[in-house]
Amino acid sequence: MIIPKIKVLNSHGKQYIPDLNAVELTDEFRGRPELTATDDMSNVEAAARICPTGAITTAPFSLDMGKCLFCGECALKAPKNIRFTNDYHIGSTSREALVVHPNENKIEFHPERIRPEVKRLFSKALKLRQVSAAGDASVEMELNATGNVNFDFGRYGVEFVASPRHADGVVITGPISKNMAEALDICYNAIPEPKVVIVCGSEACSGGLFANSKAIGRSFLESHEVDLWLPGTPTHPMVFIDAVMNFMGKKTR
Amino acid sequence: MDYYITDNLSGAIPLKEIPEVEYAALYDDLKERLKQDSVHVAHYFATPDGNRLRFYIIILDDSKHSILVASYAMEYYDDVALPSLTALHPAMHVFEREISELYNVEFDSMPWNKPLRFSFDRRNRNSTIDNYPFYTIEGESLHEVNVGPIHAGIIEPGAFRFICNGENVLHLEIALGYQHRGIEHEFISTNNRLRQTLLAESIAGDSAVSHATAFATAIEKLCGKNAPDNLVIERCVGLELERMAMHIADTGALSTDVAYQLGQVACEALRTMTINTTQAWCGNRFGKGLIRPCGSNKPLTAEKVEMIRKNVNEIARRYSEVVDDICSSPTLLSRFEQCGTVPRTEIYRIGAVGMAARAAGAKRDIRASHPYGCFADKISHQSIKEHTGDVMARLMIRCREVAQSASYIEQMLAAYHPTAIPQPDYDIKLNPEAMAISLLEGWRGEICHVAITNIDGEISTYKVKDPSLHNWLALAIAVRGEGISDFPICNKSFNLSYCGHDL
Repeated sequence: MIIPKIKVLNSHGKQYIPDLNAVELTDEFRGRPELTATDDMSNVEAAARICPTGAITTAPFSLDMGKCLFCGECALKAPKNIRFTNDYHIGSTSREALVVHPNENKIEFHPERIRPEVKRLFSKALKLRQVSAAGDASVEMELNATGNVNFDFGRYGVEFVASPRHADGVVITGPISKNMAEALDICYNAIPEPKVVIVCGSEACSGGLFANSKAIGRSFLESHEVDLWLPGTPTHPMVFIDAVMNFMGKKTR
Repeated sequence: MDYYITDNLSGAIPLKEIPEVEYAALYDDLKERLKQDSVHVAHYFATPDGNRLRFYIIILDDSKHSILVASYAMEYYDDVALPSLTALHPAMHVFEREISELYNVEFDSMPWNKPLRFSFDRRNRNSTIDNYPFYTIEGESLHEVNVGPIHAGIIEPGAFRFICNGENVLHLEIALGYQHRGIEHEFISTNNRLRQTLLAESIAGDSAVSHATAFATAIEKLCGKNAPDNLVIERCVGLELERMAMHIADTGALSTDVAYQLGQVACEALRTMTINTTQAWCGNRFGKGLIRPCGSNKPLTAEKVEMIRKNVNEIARRYSEVVDDICSSPTLLSRFEQCGTVPRTEIYRIGAVGMAARAAGAKRDIRASHPYGCFADKISHQSIKEHTGDVMARLMIRCREVAQSASYIEQMLAAYHPTAIPQPDYDIKLNPEAMAISLLEGWRGEICHVAITNIDGEISTYKVKDPSLHNWLALAIAVRGEGISDFPICNKSFNLSYCGHDL
C-alpha cells in the first residue's frame, strides 16, 4: 500500500512555481493587446464590426479589455493594427485603465487609488469570499487554481474562505444574473467593514456577451465601488495573482 | 406514428418535411416507445411559429442509431391541457417543465410541475427564484438543511434543500436558475456568427470545446458543408483533451473531499499539465478559440502534434499511478464504495445520460450510439461501463476514460500530418427553413444543440441541452438514505453544470 504512494510522489516531484514574479506564459496566450494606428484603418473597422462585444472603437482607436473576450479574431482581421501579447499584467484598480490605446505597452495599475484603510489592513493577508453570479465555471476554476499545488497563492496570505464573516472582500465572477442579485447583496452585506470588491473576468467587468440580456441585473456595481478590475475569459490565475500582489503592495508594476 | 428519420451524420432537415401530428397520436406512441431502454428523448421544446406554438420532439433510438423527429402545434392562446408524459416517464419532466414555464402550457397530471430555471421570459412573473416551492415533510424527528445558493467553495450557485432524519438524508430537492443568462435568446438576437460561436463556448466553461463543436457542427449542417477530415481529427483531439482535463480535475476534487491529499495535489498538477497543453495549442486553457465553424484559426503544426503526444503520454502514465494508489487504499475505497448509488433501472427511468449512466451499466454514449467525427469511421469506440452505480463506479469511469481518451489522441495523432485547414467562415449563408440537430458526447454526457432557421436563413430558434439537465435529478436520488456528510463526494462524483442547466 505504500509503494503506489511512493510512485505517485516520485512522479509528482516538486510542482510549485518557485517565483511567481518570474512566470512567463506560452507565446500562444492572449493577454495585453497592443495597438498601432495606420493610415489605412479599414481593417480595424472590419475588426470592430465582427467584435462580439463591441470592445473596439475606431475613432479614437481603442480596445476595451473589460469587454474583450480575448478571442483574438480582431488581430487576424487587422494584423498590422492589433496584436495580442502574452503579457498577463492586465488587472487594474481603474476601469478606464483597461481601455488600451495605440502605442501603449503597459496597463497602469494606479496604486494611488487603493483606499488607505485597505492598504493598512490587507497588506499582509487577504481573505476573500467568491460569488459566482452566472459565471460559466471557467473563471471559477481558474480562481480555484490560484490556490492549487502549482500556483500556491496561499503562501502570500491570499485565500478563499467559506463564510463572508471571515472575508475581507468579495470576488464577483460572471455578468451578474438577476436571479443572483439578492444573494450577492446578502453576501456582500455580511462581510465586515472595511471590505474590498474585486470583479474577475470580462463578463464581470462589463457583462460581456450578456451585457444586453434581460436576464442580467448589474445594479450591484452601480451602488458599490470596485477596487480591482480583472479582465479575461477566463481570467488566468497569473492575472489574478499579479493584480492582487500589486493591490497588497507586495510588488509594483 | 409518422416520424422524420435521420441520423447524427446527416445534414439539416427541411422544416416542411418534419411531420406535424396530433398530440394524442404522439402521446400514444411515446407511451409505449419510451418503455424501451434503447430509446430516449434528446430534446423536446416549443417555439413560436407565426400565431401558433409549434412543439418539436427529437427521439434517439440507440439500437438503430437513428434520430426520430416529429412535431405538433397549438394555437398560441389555446388553454387545453395536454396529458403529461412525465406521469408515465419521469425522464420527460425537464422538458415539460420548461414548456410550462415559458408558454403556460398545462400538462395534465404532471406530478412535479415546478419552475425549471426562472427564465427572464417566463410567463408567471410572480414566480421568482426566492420563493421556489420546496417540498416539505412534517414530522417531529425531521429537520431541513438549506445549502446555497452560494456554496462554501468557489463554484457556481444553486440551492439545495435537504430533509433529514438525524444524519440521514430522506430527500434532497435542488432549485436551479441562479445562473440564468438568457443564452438561447442571445443566440437569436444576433446574426454575428462569431458572437454566436463565443456564446456556444460560454454555455458551460468547462465544456467549451464540446459546446462549440456542437454549435459548429449545427452551422455546417445548415450550410451543407462537411468539415474536412483533418479538421474533424483536430476537433476530436480537442474534445478528448477536454474530457481528460475534467476527469482528472474531478478525480482531484473527490480526493480533496476524502482528505486524500496526495491524489488531490497529483491531480491538480496533472490537470494543469493537460489544460496547459490545450493553452499551448490555442492560447486558452479551456480551449476557447479552438473550435470555429467551417474552419480553424488554430490548425495543428507538426511541433504541436509532438507536444500534445508527449504531454498526453506523460499525463496518462502519471495518472495511472494515482489510479493504482486509489485502488490499493482501503480508506478511500470504504468512502467511495456503496455510496450514492443510482441503480440502472433508476438511470433509465429518470433519463440520466453520459458517464453517470455508464457508471450504472446503462448504455448511454453518443460516441457509440450516434457516432460523429472520428467515431464515425476512424475509431471504433467501445463504451466504458461500470455496474455498481455508486461514487466508486463514477470515479472508475473517469479513471478508465482518461486512459481511453489518451489512447484515442495517440491513435489520431500518431499518423497525423498537418495539412492546410480553411479559415473559419462567419459569413456563410444558411439554408432557410431548416433544422439542424447536432449530438455529441461531452465529458459529462450527451450534448444536443438544435438550430432552426427562418425564411431568410437566420437562426430563429436555438436550443441547447447540456447533460446536466437530466443528471441533476440523479444526484438528488443518489443521496437518499446517505449520511448528509457524504453529500460532497456524491456531488463531486457527478460534478454537474449549473450554467449548462440554467442557460
